[in-house]
Amino acid sequence: MTVETIADASPEAGELRGVHTLSMAKAINAGLAEAMRNDPKVLLMGEDIGALGGVFRVTEGLLAEFGDRRVLDSPLAESGIVGTAIGMAMRGYRPVLEIQFDGFIFPAFDQITTQLARMNLRHDGGMPMPVVIRVPYGGHIGSIEHHQESPEAYFAHTPGLRVVSPSSPHDAYWMIQEAIASNDPVLFFEPKSRYWPKGPVDHDHAGLPLHASRVVRRGDDVTVVGHGAMVATLLQAADIAAGEGRSLEVVDLRSLSPIDFGPIVDSVQRTGRLVVAQEAYGFVSVGSEIAATVAERAFYSLEAPVLRVSSFDTPFPPAALETEYLPSADRVLEAVDRSLAY
Amino acid sequence: MAAPSRDFTAPTVQLLTPEGDLRPTPEAEGYLPLVEALPDAALEQFYRDMVVSRRVDVTGANLQRQGQLALWVPSHGQEAAQVGSARAARPQDHIFPSYREHVVGMIRGLDPVAILKLLRGATLGGWKPEENGNFHLYTLVLASQTLHATGYAMGLQFDGATATGDPEADAAVLVYYGDGSTSQGDANEALVFASSYATPQVFFVQNNQWAISVPVSRQSRSPLALRGGGFGMPGIRIDGNDVLASYAVTRQALEEARAGEGPSFIEAVTYRMGAHTTADDPTKYRTDDEVAYWTARDPITRFRTWLEGRGASAEFFDRVDEEAADVAADIRTRALELTAPPRSDIFAHVYSEPHPLIEAQAAWLEEYENSFEGDQA
Repeated sequence: MTVETIADASPEAGELRGVHTLSMAKAINAGLAEAMRNDPKVLLMGEDIGALGGVFRVTEGLLAEFGDRRVLDSPLAESGIVGTAIGMAMRGYRPVLEIQFDGFIFPAFDQITTQLARMNLRHDGGMPMPVVIRVPYGGHIGSIEHHQESPEAYFAHTPGLRVVSPSSPHDAYWMIQEAIASNDPVLFFEPKSRYWPKGPVDHDHAGLPLHASRVVRRGDDVTVVGHGAMVATLLQAADIAAGEGRSLEVVDLRSLSPIDFGPIVDSVQRTGRLVVAQEAYGFVSVGSEIAATVAERAFYSLEAPVLRVSSFDTPFPPAALETEYLPSADRVLEAVDRSLAY
Repeated sequence: MAAPSRDFTAPTVQLLTPEGDLRPTPEAEGYLPLVEALPDAALEQFYRDMVVSRRVDVTGANLQRQGQLALWVPSHGQEAAQVGSARAARPQDHIFPSYREHVVGMIRGLDPVAILKLLRGATLGGWKPEENGNFHLYTLVLASQTLHATGYAMGLQFDGATATGDPEADAAVLVYYGDGSTSQGDANEALVFASSYATPQVFFVQNNQWAISVPVSRQSRSPLALRGGGFGMPGIRIDGNDVLASYAVTRQALEEARAGEGPSFIEAVTYRMGAHTTADDPTKYRTDDEVAYWTARDPITRFRTWLEGRGASAEFFDRVDEEAADVAADIRTRALELTAPPRSDIFAHVYSEPHPLIEAQAAWLEEYENSFEGDQA
């Protein structure tokens, strides 16, 4: 993918072609706008997403383009947002919801897990729920309690939901559109520390399907797997390791439910070693599931136990301590060293 | 824990007294023309609906006691609230029930065996709303459906399917829940959204006095109807054992909703004569005097007295009893014929689109179960 144009694509641009350099926030904005132009049933709902454009400005300009029937500033009630979206989906709409911060999704947990996730099953397949729930998540932004969390495992644990998380502007642009096109509910976790770094977005070629994982850097010695903001940390770790003569293969999960194990197992069959990294708590986590599944599917290829690098199993601490709390490239490399020591 | 009593009152709309006299309370007088416009056939239908409902209740409870159902949820005593409100809805309206509105479903065209299938443990749903008078599925997590109903009503607005001025086409949403559910956060959020977006919607609360074993006084220190005003919509308290009040008040609220005037909140004061479900034992928490008080306010008895006064024949009442018995016998026969669904139902429709984990597990279970087939031979 080469960068042909360097410009801030405005949401009004329409007919986006070629490769643009965008931040992830702008890429999601462009993806939302594209989905709304392509399907009049797509509408947005959330807190402060209209005139303000969302607290992260991801929906900036969309109220002006699409009007207040399709960009709804909702009452301040997360369960209400998800519950009413279920009713809209019953009516044939494709609501895209914004939960303002990761730690504020829990008032909606009941509607998501007992209603949204099961509505189609309850109707014997007659009631698809094309609802996307966008959740800015994760740490590294120095914010206060409930603003830096990684709750994705709760949803990956729930049958009926799909859970994805892009790591780059290009994936974010396409994955949000693919999530909106899905007839199943999708939890779309946006790594908020990656909102602002810019990267190339190819508006002509999507690349992989929504639920595919991907090798983002080839290597031979140890496979490292992560999602969302962790992918940047893994690439940083791979750079450092390369300087020390160690070659890491980096896999971007992209999807947490379902998980595309193929590329991970293929990689482990070559490297024999796996380190799984995540910002979330490690106990009963996505990383635990990957460790168990790789042990089942690639047991004879493993030269070392699968190791996990996670945040600690404590609530996210005061932000002054977040650098000690969150997995860093050094913490990943510490696990790589342990893996190689077997 | 006793608290000092405070004085909250809400007038009650009642047209038919417990003795069966048409004597509207002052609040009910405005509704009289709606009742006077009802043809005899409609009134007879109200009676038929209520009697059938009570008979189906007996059948459901018996099936449960005989081990044929996991649970039965009785409506005994709440027939007037349910029948009057359901008969007030138009065909294009959408109804979101809780899980006790069996006769509402039947009025909308639902085969009650579908409900028995749910309570027998053979399905998680049981019917298609679009083929059953827009009667949506039962919702077992209390008050969840209030938000679905509100979102659906917002969808009607987006579609221009309401408030066009055409009463034959304009649609509204009627959502049922109970006094216990009013304490849920979702019930309150639904009122906020509905009021804020002025949805075409009627919130119909059956206050049957008891949330399993907890009295309504634990849910609210004031009449529930007062909650409507707090959220910016009319709150109307009706005698829920008066089928005429239930019909007329719901009818007017639905018409206002269809006309774009926004949502309403109705509290139907009624009584759950039976247990909460067949798993309940109401003798542990309520008195015989209370049950006797409400028995004297029975919704079917008073309506029958009134119809008799208007000249309905003994043959009519006998015929309705026979019809109800036939319906009940038919339901019972067909309920006993219900079979377990295929095991593939465990996996079918968990997702709309292919999901590798589910497919792998479905294939595994099939192979695992098939591996025993030789053993049985």
